[in-house]
Amino acid sequence: MPTDGVNKGRRRFLVATTSVVGMAGVGFAAVPFIQSWNPSAKAQAVGAPVQVSLGKLEPGQLLKVQWRGQTIGILRRTQDTIGALQSIDEQLRDPESVESEQPSFALNEGRAYKEEFLVVNMHCTHLGCVPQVIPQVGPQPFEENWKGGFFCPCHKSKFDMAGRVYKGVPAPTNLKIPPYSFIDDQTLLIGVNPEGVS
Amino acid sequence: MNKKTVSLIFSLVAMLSASSPVFAAGGGNLESAGINVRDVAAIQRGAKWFVNYCFSCHSASYMRYNRLAEDLGLDEDMVQENLVFADVKLGETMEIAMRPGDSEIWLGKTPPDLSLISRSRGNDWLFTYMKTFYQDESGGWNNLVLPNASMPHVLWQMQGIQKLSGSGHEGEHGSDSQLVLATPGRMTPEQYEGTVRDLVTFLDYLSEPAKLKRKNLGIWVMLFLLLFAGVAYALKVEYWRDVH
Amino acid sequence: MMAKPASALAKRADELMNWIDKRLPVTAFWNATMTGYYAPKNFNFWYYMGSLALLVLVMQILTGIFLTMHYKPSAAEAFASVEYIMRDVDWGWLIRYMHSTGASFFFILIYLHMFRSLLYGSHQKPRELLWVFGVLLYLALMAEAFMGYVLPWGQMSYWGAQVIINLFGAIPSIGEPLTEWIRGDYFISDATLNRFFALHVIAIPLAIMGLVLMHLVALRENGSNNPDGIEIKANKDENGIPLDGIPFHPYYTVKDIFGVAVFLLIFAFVLFFWPEAGGLFLEHDNFIPANPMATPEHIKPVWYFTPYYAILKAVPDKLMGVMLMGASVMVLFFLPWLDRSPVKSIRYRGMWYKVMVIVFAIAFVRLGMLGMATGTPAETIEMRVWTFVYFSFFILLFFLSPKGKTKPVPDRLTH
Repeated sequence: MPTDGVNKGRRRFLVATTSVVGMAGVGFAAVPFIQSWNPSAKAQAVGAPVQVSLGKLEPGQLLKVQWRGQTIGILRRTQDTIGALQSIDEQLRDPESVESEQPSFALNEGRAYKEEFLVVNMHCTHLGCVPQVIPQVGPQPFEENWKGGFFCPCHKSKFDMAGRVYKGVPAPTNLKIPPYSFIDDQTLLIGVNPEGVS
Repeated sequence: MNKKTVSLIFSLVAMLSASSPVFAAGGGNLESAGINVRDVAAIQRGAKWFVNYCFSCHSASYMRYNRLAEDLGLDEDMVQENLVFADVKLGETMEIAMRPGDSEIWLGKTPPDLSLISRSRGNDWLFTYMKTFYQDESGGWNNLVLPNASMPHVLWQMQGIQKLSGSGHEGEHGSDSQLVLATPGRMTPEQYEGTVRDLVTFLDYLSEPAKLKRKNLGIWVMLFLLLFAGVAYALKVEYWRDVH
Repeated sequence: MMAKPASALAKRADELMNWIDKRLPVTAFWNATMTGYYAPKNFNFWYYMGSLALLVLVMQILTGIFLTMHYKPSAAEAFASVEYIMRDVDWGWLIRYMHSTGASFFFILIYLHMFRSLLYGSHQKPRELLWVFGVLLYLALMAEAFMGYVLPWGQMSYWGAQVIINLFGAIPSIGEPLTEWIRGDYFISDATLNRFFALHVIAIPLAIMGLVLMHLVALRENGSNNPDGIEIKANKDENGIPLDGIPFHPYYTVKDIFGVAVFLLIFAFVLFFWPEAGGLFLEHDNFIPANPMATPEHIKPVWYFTPYYAILKAVPDKLMGVMLMGASVMVLFFLPWLDRSPVKSIRYRGMWYKVMVIVFAIAFVRLGMLGMATGTPAETIEMRVWTFVYFSFFILLFFLSPKGKTKPVPDRLTH
């Protein structure tokens, strides 16, 4: 069957066009399959923001809630522990919270929206255990000059009252601060940042 | 396609059209619901009727409140306040407070979940059902589409009370009785029909929330495939010039 | 590959191909099956179905895998998990509809594909094994579809399974223990669902893929038949290439791509605008969760099984009905030996054959419609008539095919 007189240019063009349209089609078709892996409406409902009432939280007390499978601690800090935060900067690996994960409003001294309340993801940044909360100032078996904070029993990592990690412990970064905002003075919404905040 | 194939297909089609209507559903006398799935306002109105009159007994347990808000263009806070009961979260599914055991005792039967009722019964059935409640000789509620239904006529105040007139004889193709409006309701028959239509439109949406998205996307997909078919055809013709 | 001025990239590509070819015969395989495989040049409409069926198989596997990621194969959760896919999973509704529409289209294509064989004698020598593998594939497909339909665990899933599995109970003496063994329980239950899931997702797809491979290898061995029913290898040129053959690539690759485009247009139309197909592809009763205590008014299998269901219903005796229904499928295996015509294609067979084929097709379609119906006395009589016609086709074929007057067969291909 003769193939001379074949317009090779035209064939190349048609093959190219068909291929491009075909590839585009395959690309479009792939989108639903890939997106079907996104968290479903059910997962999103379960992972929805959690409202917490702070009315009954005493100074020095910790409240724990679950959000997206994580244990979130709300710690009402006393004035002396807040004041002591600056003094331990030298003992900390990342006192300015450069490496750690927190909303932009938590880049202050107390790593919080309202200084009095620390809202923190309580999973140790080493391997995920939930540390003990030891909020009072005073010597501890693991630290002479303890100014309050978190102590992880698993591998002895230590964090201060703003969740910042000490030097010389296995945990690499400060405890994470989740997105949160205040609906009103007494009510927290964990999972949603204040408007305009990343 | 050669003549033989064409005549074959033609005779098949002729056979099929001449045969009995095999595809008809049971219970012939259903009125056409005539809903418009694109009428979002109707779905919104229907949602309101559903929540206020049906939702105390019938759950919609495959539907989430926030999906309702999103699809119907409703404000989430508004939905939370007006449609969601107690402290149920917006992402949760539309369950009812009544437990299945209780409902069986109180009503004689567990009211079925309505999430998929439009797909199993069909819109025409639902439309006719809600229009053909009547009060029978015992003084209780009955229904032409579902005789001796356990369900009372929850919308009786809107429609009014219908009664059967005529012989009451049940023929093979439905009753040859007429329903007459013995006591008028708050709505005229036309208004009530509109309400039922809205409710059925909502139930249609409830059974397949993705329907509108499906149809809209379908148009684009068909257009793309037409383009692809055109290009593929040009390619085929070009190469087949070689073949004689 | 055509010779081109060698660019650096082209040279690298060639080097890469050489490296691969020394370790895996990719180019040799391509030449043998595509550019060096000659197919008759007169393929028509009926010859699209095989490649389209392969496309649908790939689609079913792909969508099936993604459905399995969200579906829960337990009696307690199955129905809800399907609604979860339809509502909560991003694009879940699309993947589900692709799978359900694909299943029905698979059967449409396969029925047309098989009908082609009746038209052109593709089942005849030397392609008997090709046909046999095809019928095995058809059986596997039916098993796959039946089990797949049980998975949503709706009313039709449950009661359809109930009826079909109970058919096995008709077999004397071993019937009852057999049905219990199939169910894995004393009634259709979670055990049944779970094992059907395993078979549907893994076992039968593996069998299907193996059978498809055998089917294609058998095809390649003798090459394709064609609408004129003559062997193109009978007329070769000085290079051993069939005079009426054209290389599969690029001619049939290009034609099949166009076939795919048209098919997808029809498929997309149904998927996006008519996925239930009026209750044919997705039955209304299956949107009600399975209820062992409430039998639906009207149990019937999905449309692609209804012809056989009609044959079953036509016979008043349960065991005879089952046997006749089984025979109506098994008779297909014997077609290459029942059809003793010296001439393959309908184009050159006598008028009697043309009439028989058309009547057979009408019988099959009409049986299908009757299989869906309620079964009034008039319909039952009609089912018996068409069942008789169905079997008569095969019997008459056996007796009439060697003798029937035929037209002279051309040497070379016509249109």
